[in-house]
This record gives sequence, structure tokens and C-alpha cells, in this order.
Amino acid sequence: MSIQIKDVEHVAKLARLNLTDEEKETFTEQLNAILQYAEKLNELDTEGVAPTTHVLHLSNVMREDEVHESLPQEKVFRNAPEEEDGQFKVPAVLE
Amino acid sequence: MTLFDLRLQEVHNRLHEKELSVTDLVDEAFKVIGKREEQVKAYLTLDEEGARAQAAKLDDKLMSGEARGLLFGLPAGIKDNMITEGLRTTCASQFLKNYDPIYDATVITKLKAADTVTIGKLNMDEFAMGGSNENSSFYTTRNPWDLSRVPGGSSGGSAAAVAAGEAYFTLGSDTGGSIRQPASYCGVVGLKPTYGLVSRYGLVAFASSLDQIGPITKNVEDSAYVLQAIAGHDPKDSTSANVEIPDYVSALTGDVKGLRIAVPKEYLDGVDPKVKEAVMDALKVLEGLGAVWEEVSLPHTEYAVAAYYLLASSEASSNLSRFDGVRYGERANHAGSLMDLYLDSRSQGFGPEVKRRIMLGTYALSSGYYDAYYLKAQKVRTLIKRDFDQTFEKFDVIIGPTAPTTAFPLGSQVDDPLTMYLNDILTIPVSLAGVPAVSVPCGFADGLPVGLQIIGKAFDEGTVLRTAHAYEVHTEHHKRRPSL
Repeated sequence: MSIQIKDVEHVAKLARLNLTDEEKETFTEQLNAILQYAEKLNELDTEGVAPTTHVLHLSNVMREDEVHESLPQEKVFRNAPEEEDGQFKVPAVLE
Repeated sequence: MTLFDLRLQEVHNRLHEKELSVTDLVDEAFKVIGKREEQVKAYLTLDEEGARAQAAKLDDKLMSGEARGLLFGLPAGIKDNMITEGLRTTCASQFLKNYDPIYDATVITKLKAADTVTIGKLNMDEFAMGGSNENSSFYTTRNPWDLSRVPGGSSGGSAAAVAAGEAYFTLGSDTGGSIRQPASYCGVVGLKPTYGLVSRYGLVAFASSLDQIGPITKNVEDSAYVLQAIAGHDPKDSTSANVEIPDYVSALTGDVKGLRIAVPKEYLDGVDPKVKEAVMDALKVLEGLGAVWEEVSLPHTEYAVAAYYLLASSEASSNLSRFDGVRYGERANHAGSLMDLYLDSRSQGFGPEVKRRIMLGTYALSSGYYDAYYLKAQKVRTLIKRDFDQTFEKFDVIIGPTAPTTAFPLGSQVDDPLTMYLNDILTIPVSLAGVPAVSVPCGFADGLPVGLQIIGKAFDEGTVLRTAHAYEVHTEHHKRRPSL
């Protein structure tokens, strides 16, 4: 399976990345090399093998539903690129 | 011999006898940093003012005779992907270049409770993605043994700082070998604990099913002390294991008589002959102490790198979706729409390796390719884990080299991601299986350190550290220092 520039453009859109023409070419070449290497996994018969998503047996962590004080706004917005009236400010979502 | 060459117990004895103060230790740290940092470039942020204030507080505690923490007074450096309240945390990324955290990671809370002094945040590959430290978006840390070579990655700053004497100990994080490989390249001790033993709360996530925090130290005993301080269940981390924490320090008995060691043939094939020789010599030392070893096969080793890069990149693409320019971090100016804000902020905030992994992960998880890549890799992960489970039915530890070569020259692999990925071939299988492993210095090849990797059963850090310690006390490699 070979990746074309149009595939890289599509994946970049899904990943919310703008790529320059040079980046598109580089990534096409590099992703092809990496995925070609990954084809190696097909040498193995994994029929009937359960996937390991995690090495631990995970369970939900629940806490008591108790009321706590919220973080002060000053802390919440300490790293905000832009805020106004106690809200994170972004460009208009609807025109 | 400097203060930083003393074992923890010796430092504590001197503090107790008032021959030394915490301020003296911090003075020494900054003296060495002043002398060597320009060459090594291990730190991204130094906090001299905060460190001196903390040292003064601890000196008061010392004078008043209050109970002292396990790591009392030790100047520590922290990899810059662990959140430190009020101390800039960048992940070596332009995205977070001014990020000022509002809380502490659990490991930081624990280190504070153990009375350490944080002296700064250490350089790394951006978002912990890389094997050489050359992916830091600020500058590359250099190997203290040879400044023209890489310190390893991604915890290169953490390993270089310890090797150069710029911190008493440091914390690193390991996803596919990022503690062990730089420890090997820099001639120090790096321990990746069992997945889940140390809380990941406040560690900026790269690949959540693999990431694990661990200590980098000059000797095995110090590593046991630091692990003791940071291990333990954390209700804030849903992947934290609720297991009893043994006494790691008292596990260092020096006794390896009858210890059963497995040596995978796949870990010796294709490695640099001088690296292999150092490992075989180390096995002789352990044999001389009464351990027995046997060659075994871990047949799925050769598939680990491919599985790892699909899995880790997939998890990374998901974890890094939170960086959108809205609540913190890099924000593109003049974005006309919300979508442009996301696209532009992410494109200018992330470096090439991070983008490459996000792209690979997004591709592997996308409709039509999920089964072929991501699911397949998860099944191969099961086979790799089985290799370890089966081996540990008969053996106590698995031993091999940490990396196939010694530290390579800066710039030599930077344009070839696949070759760079293959440097981690001996550490990645361990990460996929979630088991603990330590890298200890076991010799030198052409003046560069070689690391011995000792791998154990899940949550059996005691045996891993005991083996490493027994080896270390019968050898001198860990005592050598780079001439900077």
C-alpha cells in the first residue's frame, strides 16, 4: 500500500494540521517508509490472538459526589491566550 | 570527588553531623551548572531563587531537628514534561513555551514531601518523541562524555544532567526506552518501573498505555531510594496500580546466588561487537557471584518496533488533540475562523517529529486502516507480552544490552526517522509488555558508556534492583566521570 500526497493532505486535515508543500512531500516519503516497515507485522498470524490495549486490568476510578470549591478564575485563565468576561475567547464559530 | 559523588546515605550522614547544609548542596549544584551548562545544555529552565528558598527552609528543619523526608536536601532536576506549579513546563515545545502550570504532578508532590529541592526543568525531545534529544524545539543537549554526540532521548537532559553532576538525581519518563537509552548513552543508572507503579497524574501524556516516570541516578542504591519516594497508588490516575510497595532499599542484599538469568539471543544479534563484549563480561561477573544464565529466544522481538510506532503514534495523535490554542499554549494570530485557529496554532506550535507522529497515528486510526495497523499492532503486543510471561516462568530476570550501539554523533540520523526508531529496538519490547527494567553502566566502547539492561517481572523492581546493585558493587564502571 502506497501513500500519495492526497492521502497526506486528507490525514493532515483530520489531524488539524496545515502542511507546507515541502512538508507534504517529506511526510509522504517518510510515512511510506514507516508503513512499509510496519507491513512486517503481517508476517505474523494473529488469528485468535486477543489485542492488548493495556497491560493493567483497568477499572473506573469513582469518587464521592461531594461539592468542592471550583478553581479560582484567575488560575483557570492564567495560561489563556485570550479571555473576556470570564470566558475563553475564540474567533466566531458561525459567520 | 565532589559532593555529588557521595551516596545518598553519606550525604545524609554529613547533613546530620552538620558538616554540610542543604544550601551547600544547592550551591554545589549551581556551581557545576555555571561551569558546565554552557557545554551540556541539559536544562531548559533553572529556578535558582526557588531552590535557594527551599534549601533555606530545609536547613531550618535540619536545625530544629524535625523529621526529615527520605530524599532530604537532594537537588533534583525534573524532565520538562512533568507539571510543576509556578515553574514553566514546556515539553521542549514551542506550543508550551510560556506554559505556567497551576498544579503539581503527583511525583512532584511526592518529591516535595520527601524534602527534595527542585533546581530546574530538563531538556527533552519535544513531547517526549525522539531518541536523541535533537527534537527539542529549543536546543539539543549534548552528551557529557563526548559533546559531539547525542545524550539519547527523550530524557536526554535528565541523563546528561546526572552524568555532568548538574543534579543529584533527576526524573525522566520512558515510553519506548526514553529513560534507559539515554542512561545507557550517558553512563548513569536509569530505571523504568512497571507500568502503573508510579502515578502519571501531571505527566503530559504522549502514549498513555506506555508512559512511565522513573529515576535517573549515579548508582543503583540512589535509584531504589528515589523509587521508594515516588511509587504508590494514586487515586487521581486511573492507570495507577493499587499494589503494596515493598522496601526497595532493603532488597539490595548483594546476593544473587542461584538467580536465574535469561539472555535473549535476539538481544545480542546485530549489536555492536564492543557492546556485546561488555554485556558478556557483565554476565561473567554475575556468574561469579553465583547466578546462572542461559540463552533463550524472545521470538517476537523483531516485530516490536513496528508495533510500538503504530500504537504510540496512535495514542499520541489522540492525546495531542487537546492542543488547540484555546485554553493554553500557542495561539495563531489573526485566525479568521475557529478551524483556522486550530490549524494554524497546531501547525506553528508543533515541530516536525511531533507532526510526523500525529500524522502516522491519525492514519493508523482512520477508517479503513484501523484493523490493518492499530488492531494488528495490539495483537502483536499480546505476542510480545507472552514472550516475556513465558520466559519469566523459568527465569528471574532477563539481561541484555540497553541499546545496540553507544551514543551516535549529533545530526547523523536526524533525517532518517526509521533508523532513529531502530535504536530503541532493545527497550521497546519491555515497554510494550509493561515490565520494569533498569540500565546500569557495564563498560566503555571507544570511551563511550555501554548500558546493561536488566528486565524483571511486573512489580518485581526489588529483584531488578538487587541484581543491578550486586553487579554494580563488584564493578567500577559507574564511578567513572566524564572529563568536562
